Amino acid sequence: MIKESMRRCLLLGLFGLFLIACDPLPHAEKNLKPFSLSVPTSTVHSGSVLILATTTSTQDSGLLDVLLPIFQEETGYLVKTVAVGTGQALRMGMEGNADVLLVHAPDSELDFMREGYGKDRAFVMHNDFVLLGPENDPAGIQYAQDAAGAFQAIAHAGAVFLSRGDGSGTYARELQLWKQAGIDPRNQPWYLESGQGMGATLMIAEQKLAYTLCDRGTYLAYRGNLSLKILFENDPTLLNVYHVITVNPQRWPMVNYTGALAFLNYLTRPSTQAIIGSFGVEQFGEPLFIPDAGKNEAEFGLP
Amino acid sequence: MSEIFQITALSLQISVCATLLSLLAGLPLGTWLGLGRFRGRSFLLSLINTGMALPPVVVGLLIAVLLWRNGPLGKFQLIYTPVAIILAQFLIAFPVVTGLTAAALGALDSRLQWQILGLGASRWQMIWLLWREARLPLLAALMAGFGSVISEVGASMMVGGNIRGQTRVLTTAIVLETSKGEFGKAFALSALLLMITYLINLALTMIQQRNTRR
Repeated sequence: MIKESMRRCLLLGLFGLFLIACDPLPHAEKNLKPFSLSVPTSTVHSGSVLILATTTSTQDSGLLDVLLPIFQEETGYLVKTVAVGTGQALRMGMEGNADVLLVHAPDSELDFMREGYGKDRAFVMHNDFVLLGPENDPAGIQYAQDAAGAFQAIAHAGAVFLSRGDGSGTYARELQLWKQAGIDPRNQPWYLESGQGMGATLMIAEQKLAYTLCDRGTYLAYRGNLSLKILFENDPTLLNVYHVITVNPQRWPMVNYTGALAFLNYLTRPSTQAIIGSFGVEQFGEPLFIPDAGKNEAEFGLP
Repeated sequence: MSEIFQITALSLQISVCATLLSLLAGLPLGTWLGLGRFRGRSFLLSLINTGMALPPVVVGLLIAVLLWRNGPLGKFQLIYTPVAIILAQFLIAFPVVTGLTAAALGALDSRLQWQILGLGASRWQMIWLLWREARLPLLAALMAGFGSVISEVGASMMVGGNIRGQTRVLTTAIVLETSKGEFGKAFALSALLLMITYLINLALTMIQQRNTRR
């Protein structure tokens, strides 16, 4: 009897583990619920579901929680947000599984447009990464000409650099910057990897007096507990540029193109841009995203 | 592969070190608490027994605050080093070893002490004989202490920082691989951790049972 029930418990547990391991889009599922609940079903008519594929940063910062309800109320569209990595968001667009994309990888986006997967593409906003370090700046990165130069200065001085080392978007950008600097930091004695989230990494960098790459939003949120200072910023290679792209209906007739275009126009119109520009000011003293609709992209050194 | 070896070796070094230190401190203190008759003994025992349930994250927080650069021991620059993890794990294992030692010696027949002394043994010889007599529960205390630290993750993460090549141990590596969605790697590391724990406990159990079947 006892053996039987124990075996049943074990099987149930294993089944649970299996379910957890198999869930491919834990973010996506979580994000679908609040939005589908917040819109009264009476305003929804056929063809009005709009699938937005975007990056986790726009979701995690809370920006979409401010922008989407207004759009849904005005237009009656039911927006289903799928928060994934930019690479995966673009792939969803290529396969016609999303109607509109909000992404931040200009090079891949241009390929996407060139190959005819996208119809319209508009500049929405940017934020940026900053290089943090101890106030006395032992590597002297504040005098660097560009981000690659700052990374070279850190390597040259052998100053401690703390990396996320965890497969995040910030980590991917950091690796790209090391590549541009022509340096392979792995296994260098001064190169540390925390393997933890941005917040924990900042706290360790604080104690180690280490340099680290951080997105500005997280830095602003932690600024009160840090003595680390922004030592290098405002470089084109540190920009995190967001574009909105509508998926080409000629390739995928099933996509909700009118809805996608409405969303593009909504994001780039002046009143929405003003909301983006003021988002986070109350909490952090400065905005998390800078609105850029209609600006000349060449000014930002973009392709 | 060499990285896994390094992580495993570091885990073992840290936890064995912490366990031995807690044995060094806990065995005498536990003996004193177990055999002694003095005022405040019950109070001290209750403190130690509470310490056996000390959550690793609380220990981690305490050690972190002490060792932070601006903390009282900040000038030694120990935070995010293996020494910091050893300190935290010592604090976790020490009450376990002490409490179980006190319980083991307290369970011995108190007339045994008088008998040994009556046969002309010195005080130290008497204690040595009592330890031998309580060998089984004392080794169990050691195993419980080691088990509580090798499997601990909260304090190691907080005071060690999970820094690759420096303070990444098996448990924090498992947390990292799980957060990356690398469940295969996480399971492999878990299996390794369990295997090591098993081997160490097997060795201790064999020592423990060596002379019992006569």
